Amino acid sequence: MTAIAPAPAPARDLVTMTRRSLTRMRRYPSLTVMLVAMPVVLLLLFVYVFGSAIGAGVGTGAAPGAAGRAAYLDYITPAILVLTASAVAQATSINVAMDMTGGVVTRLRTMPVAPVAVLGGHVVGALVQTLLAGAVVLGAAVLLGYRPGAGPGDWLALVGFFTLLAFTLTWLTVAMGVSARSVESASNTPMVLLLLPFLSSGFVPVETMPAALRWFTEHQPFTPVNETVRGLLAGGAVDMPTVLSAVAWCVGLASVGWALARRSYRRPRPIG
Amino acid sequence: MSSPTPAIEIAGLRKAFGPQTVLDGIDLTVPTGTVTALLGPNGAGKTTTVSVLATLLPADAGTARILGYDVTRHSQEVRRRIGVTGQLSAVDPLLTVAENLRLVADLFHLPRRAAGERTSYLIERFGLADAARKQGQQLSGGMRRKLDLAMTLVARPQVVFLDEPTTGLDPRARRDLWQLVREVVADGATVLLTTQYLDEADRLADRVAVLYDGRLVAHDTPAGLKAAHDAGSLDDVFLALTDPDGTGPRTSEVA
Repeated sequence: MTAIAPAPAPARDLVTMTRRSLTRMRRYPSLTVMLVAMPVVLLLLFVYVFGSAIGAGVGTGAAPGAAGRAAYLDYITPAILVLTASAVAQATSINVAMDMTGGVVTRLRTMPVAPVAVLGGHVVGALVQTLLAGAVVLGAAVLLGYRPGAGPGDWLALVGFFTLLAFTLTWLTVAMGVSARSVESASNTPMVLLLLPFLSSGFVPVETMPAALRWFTEHQPFTPVNETVRGLLAGGAVDMPTVLSAVAWCVGLASVGWALARRSYRRPRPIG
Repeated sequence: MSSPTPAIEIAGLRKAFGPQTVLDGIDLTVPTGTVTALLGPNGAGKTTTVSVLATLLPADAGTARILGYDVTRHSQEVRRRIGVTGQLSAVDPLLTVAENLRLVADLFHLPRRAAGERTSYLIERFGLADAARKQGQQLSGGMRRKLDLAMTLVARPQVVFLDEPTTGLDPRARRDLWQLVREVVADGATVLLTTQYLDEADRLADRVAVLYDGRLVAHDTPAGLKAAHDAGSLDDVFLALTDPDGTGPRTSEVA
């Protein structure tokens, strides 16, 4: 009797772990529903509660009332899409932490499976979930009256950029999930990714903020990310330096997330 | 046919966590095709020993080899040949019994057909046929433990580590699991298990290694240990070997 000795095949293992991730999502659909519902509820809340009053102030000169609501819907839809990606990423952190704190990761770490496959399976699964959730949230915005002006090229670029954003946020939350001491803390740490979009140009123009806060919002990654999504959705010319800044932030942060996740995954820990 | 290479070979193994010495120079050789039980009070270093052997923790000093492969330098070679069942469930709660087994088969790159056959065989052999389509979270504790062990055996590991495999199981489930372990060994594998239950060691193990305070204080057959300590049961041997003066473990030196 001999043990089977597989040659390393990270790509094949990544497919296996991604399939597991997608099966888990199918088995637990209420989580996906919640991840979609949260941004849709925020959209409704912001448009119908705050929209009339704030819409007039977001720079379009709209009058309070229906015109204000329409203007605000137009203004925040990109930010709601970004928030959707953050929400899915938070769930990923929880999923990873459940693997880490249970025995699953002990089994995987004693098998000849590369960390990139184990962690990447969560990431690719989350990308699929984010794209689905993004489509539903955008559909909800359209039902409320949002009319994107994007052409075919813009849509393609938008899907590409949104995928990159989800990839970045997910690697960051995978790192949070791998290094979390408990499932609870894995759920709390990513809250920062849900909070930061509010401190960006996503919900109100940065010019309306106090000086110190304004400096922060102008220099944090969610502002160029948000403006890129806004520009692509609106169609027409996008501000290239903003797009490049957003892409650079994403690539940089994704690399940091991947490096931290891999290091934490490999950190010696006794059998669980 | 006996292999000249032992399944497990440990020499001078040391491990400390900060100032606390957990393994203070362990030597142990386990021949292939045998069951060895690692006994000892809580904190004696049982789980740490298994963690080092299973490539999860690096030792501070000494060597550990599995089938001749060093656990640190050739960890990938070791991982291809071992199966590990820890105390925490490694069963995915959302996947079905069959999917859990298939996941392991796929990660070991079993060809599709072989994976299907092996999965079906294990489901049948472990009495999981009625539950094959149930999710991990829907299984009873005993069934989940069986599935856990079945997942460990998917790729026919040559050396199997079981960390307290029957803790929390009812007597019938324990007996079932013992029988399954015996069959694994009959198929030619080597088993190292840790346990708190002395009757488990007595009934299942060819040899018993007793850890106390980071050292191996005995290593013999159950009968040999009882004879050497003029004891009627392993309980008495255990009490005589671990903390004989009732003074507690000696204070670990600060490293």
